[in-house]
Amino acid sequence: MTDLTALTIAEARDQLKAKAITATELTGAYIQAIENANEALNAYIVTTPEKALEMAKASDARLAAGNAGALEGIPLGIKDLFGTEGVHTQAASHILDGFKPHYESTVTANLWADGAVMLGKLNMDEFAMGSSNESSYYGPVKNPWRAKGSNVDLVPGGSSGGSAAAVAARLCAGATATDTGGSIRQPAAFTGTVGIKPTYGRCSRWGIVAFASSLDQAGPIARDVRDAAIMLRSMASVDAKDTTSVDIAVPDYEAAIGKPLAGIKIGIPKEYRVDGMPEEIEKLWQQGIAWLKDAGATIVDISLPHTKYALPAYYIVAPAEASSNLARYDGVRYGLRVPGKDIVDMYERTRAEGFGEEVKRRIMIGTYVLSAGYYDAYYLQAQKVRTLIKKDFEDAFHAGVDAILTPATPSAAFGIADQEMNSDPVKMYLNDIFTVTVNMAGLPGIAVPAGLDSRGLPLGLQLIGRPFDEETLFQTAYVIEQAAGKFNAPKWW
Amino acid sequence: MSVDTATVKRVANLARIAVTEDDVFRMTGQLNAILGFVEQLNEVNVEGVEPMTSVTPMAMKKRADVVTDGNKVADIVANAPITEENFFVVPKVVE
Repeated sequence: MTDLTALTIAEARDQLKAKAITATELTGAYIQAIENANEALNAYIVTTPEKALEMAKASDARLAAGNAGALEGIPLGIKDLFGTEGVHTQAASHILDGFKPHYESTVTANLWADGAVMLGKLNMDEFAMGSSNESSYYGPVKNPWRAKGSNVDLVPGGSSGGSAAAVAARLCAGATATDTGGSIRQPAAFTGTVGIKPTYGRCSRWGIVAFASSLDQAGPIARDVRDAAIMLRSMASVDAKDTTSVDIAVPDYEAAIGKPLAGIKIGIPKEYRVDGMPEEIEKLWQQGIAWLKDAGATIVDISLPHTKYALPAYYIVAPAEASSNLARYDGVRYGLRVPGKDIVDMYERTRAEGFGEEVKRRIMIGTYVLSAGYYDAYYLQAQKVRTLIKKDFEDAFHAGVDAILTPATPSAAFGIADQEMNSDPVKMYLNDIFTVTVNMAGLPGIAVPAGLDSRGLPLGLQLIGRPFDEETLFQTAYVIEQAAGKFNAPKWW
Repeated sequence: MSVDTATVKRVANLARIAVTEDDVFRMTGQLNAILGFVEQLNEVNVEGVEPMTSVTPMAMKKRADVVTDGNKVADIVANAPITEENFFVVPKVVE
């Protein structure tokens, strides 16, 4: 029998429907793959094999009865940020020790309603704060990709590092992820996988541990563009429980795949070139432009003049919202409690021990910029700059641009415990320089693998779309995928 | 703008995070690096620009003023470190 974990979601879906395989067999293959690989990669924090087999059995019954859902019997990994009823949900933080919610997030509930099977909870940067998955309480995730002829461990990116690594190493058919500044697209680019952050308001945030509420969005990481389209259709919904959920019907994203690019206008922003960016990334970008042109798209140069201010504005807005959201972790209602001499001492000790370095840093920045006397200088200024960043995109779209092509990241994956990155928080933050603009403007963005660098590591391109026009992103990304081919990490684990 | 160790201690207190002298020293340097990085926002001319309040042009949805949830005391306290008869237990706050 062929390796069932090699099947894409679309392939597995067809074989399940044709009764060539069963959901139980498929799930069993993934459980075995995780067992063999997780010690080396650390992608899963918790596995739920019994629950998975139970769900698979129910899927097989529905397949037999002919009432299969859109993701019937497809085994998925779930980022630890999503509330899953009765199952470990800690945002990879010590402060949520032992937390098992008595509710299910809307996104995961949507997936289970469509027949998907849960394999377990995936590792991530603590509270989704990080670009390397090194801030997890559960230790770093290893990227399944290594440079040619090297055995140096690389980061999978972050914060959805466990999701990206698990998809790349075939430890799940697809994974849920979240993106506040690039946390879906940067790890997808680092692991040769496809990741889409949909428009703000497309996926419900209800039941997902909050980081920065005006920026957070859920989305899938998958092996190819079609699988990402299939997953997003199930994850997205209109949800009365999230007041920022937008009342627009979810389209069939898969139907956009394969449509010709004739009449599509692609903008190339001149500001997405940064000092020190490897020559290879510029070349990849030019290659992407050529592929889209060959496929019939019109290419136009555009300007997004406030691009360079997106990252500094993000590092005010996101920590400010985080400091407020994370105020709830006080040792009273859930998770860790460290006793103290009085209640304030208990709060302070609990939070000192429960939060990791990066999380504390961001809470401190957020508390400072919101504190009396500094609010106008920092927070208000950043929110005004945010208006200008959004306007840059609106101007481009008004001028007729359908999607914008940029590199996904300024470099390929770097080493675990990289000294330069770890000694300078700002250097780590620069990983998100091309992705963070999209969150600030609430737009959809997709990262699609486009090639390998000279060391054999994957590099991705990003497409940015109009609000709620994910379809054009799938349509265009598919053209890049067809031209570039797919990339699989040679197995060493 | 930059912060000194006294400000860092004050912010840590506002954020309810216990810090040691070593923490304060380290955090002061890191916070100043980040504040130095965000300084460039002052270059931007924001005259007449409205601060963003909602990234999607939509009015905040309002739900009907009816009871839709409740009677879940056991669920709510289930994850608390210490409870007593459906109450969260905290150190004494009133003398």
